[in-house]
Amino acid sequence: MSILEVRDLEVRHGLLQAVRGVSLSIEAGETLALVGANGAGKSTLLRAIAGAPPAPAAGSIVFDGADVTRMRAHDRVRNGIALVPEGRLLFPSLTVEENLLVARRPGEWTVDRVVEAFPILRERRRHRAATLSGGERQATAIGRALMTNPRLLLLDEVSLGLAPVAVEDVYRSLRSVIEAGTTVLLVEQDLTRALDSAQRVMCMLEGRLVLEGRAGELRREQITDAYFGLHRNGSGSARA
Amino acid sequence: MTWVNAVVQGVLLGGLYALFACGLSLLFGVMRIINLAHGDLALLGTFMVFVIVDNIGWSPFAALIIVLPGAAVVGWALQRLMFDRAMQGGELAPLLATFGLSIVIGNLLLETFSADTHGLSAGALETSAWRISADLSIGALPALIFVLAVLLLSGLQLFLSYTPLGRAMRATADDPGTAELVGIDARRIYATASAIALATAALAGAFFGMRSSFDPTLGPTQLIFAFEAVIIGGLGSLWGTLVGGIILGVAQTVGAEIDPAWSILSGHIVFLAVLAFRQDGIFAVQEARA
Repeated sequence: MSILEVRDLEVRHGLLQAVRGVSLSIEAGETLALVGANGAGKSTLLRAIAGAPPAPAAGSIVFDGADVTRMRAHDRVRNGIALVPEGRLLFPSLTVEENLLVARRPGEWTVDRVVEAFPILRERRRHRAATLSGGERQATAIGRALMTNPRLLLLDEVSLGLAPVAVEDVYRSLRSVIEAGTTVLLVEQDLTRALDSAQRVMCMLEGRLVLEGRAGELRREQITDAYFGLHRNGSGSARA
Repeated sequence: MTWVNAVVQGVLLGGLYALFACGLSLLFGVMRIINLAHGDLALLGTFMVFVIVDNIGWSPFAALIIVLPGAAVVGWALQRLMFDRAMQGGELAPLLATFGLSIVIGNLLLETFSADTHGLSAGALETSAWRISADLSIGALPALIFVLAVLLLSGLQLFLSYTPLGRAMRATADDPGTAELVGIDARRIYATASAIALATAALAGAFFGMRSSFDPTLGPTQLIFAFEAVIIGGLGSLWGTLVGGIILGVAQTVGAEIDPAWSILSGHIVFLAVLAFRQDGIFAVQEARA
């Protein structure tokens, strides 16, 4: 059963149409990776699903049977949608623990469980977010989203700008989150990571979804070609 | 000993300034806006207490039972109807909107209560004092105001530091857009902060009315003192606001001890000196960004 249904979504940044008629659905418990070049509209799509500006110009977002297209971001969080925004936007004057606590909603994710899932935070609980390293910030940002006990976790470029060892740490922890059954929509530039983590992959190009397929069935070249707008025949379904 | 007395009276006067500045500091700390109508809103509180005392015959302290919740409702409504919209118009819009509000309130008060001077009686508290020595005595009302300022500012600081709502306010102050993404209703947080700020302004206004005579034109003067206290202490820090109020009060009373004409001027000089040598104030909040 689909937990998220996006239909014919259009999002504009001023005159620029960043998302053009995108439709997709995610099954409960599934991990879907959204790949594409810079400026393809991935982050805008993710932000639109989370309720961050700009608001969609057309189309609909249905989460768990309810139309949330016009719902404000904080109400979507209450409904179970959480976004880890690109750039690891923490609250700098709050400590790591406060960053987690401020997002707390009833459920199984607690500060202790987040620290258990992201051991790099263990020693940093009482430190202000402004003093953290990139990997620690990303772990805090993901942990903060988990503290809302989401049914759909949206991850925007979690590996961007991190040292390889930090990316490995973050993904090791993320795997345990995915294995726990959280539905995840993952925007990722790193194709290897995307294919390793997700069951299904979608590729965006200039605001449109141009390729969709099971992660195990798509060939790397197919995705790379879709990435740059060069279509060949293959097992994935071209959507352009 | 007269100098000691000047400093002690200055500290007590600083309590009143800190009380005035509390709401201004909170609004800046949470919403990053400077409410230029703060002095007039405080004076509106003074007149609300005056109306109740004059018409019902209650004591000013009893009138606070009605005025403080009333001021909180006004704060909530102002946020929803005016500040929210002004904040969407960039950094200058709230300044212009609150400046306009200040003029409207000042003129409405003038229209309703005329330019006559009014007063509020705090009863026996007004004349009670502890005489420490021939040159040093501590008035009960100024002491009460000072204690109230310390309790209010420390209480608010503890509220911001250790309660879930306070945490949400600090998170919203850091980044309202991201706060929405973790489930915080930023508009509700702003309205709550505004309600608290207006209630503290009305409280300050009520005690100001008990401590000295007042008329509808005094709002901007109170705003300037509150603003100076906030700047001296450091924008966004409530502890700083308390210390800033005390420094301003001491500067004024010590200045008056040197020459009575120097009272207000010496406060302004200290304010300018802080601006010149420590632009961020004494307890400036670090603006570190993650």
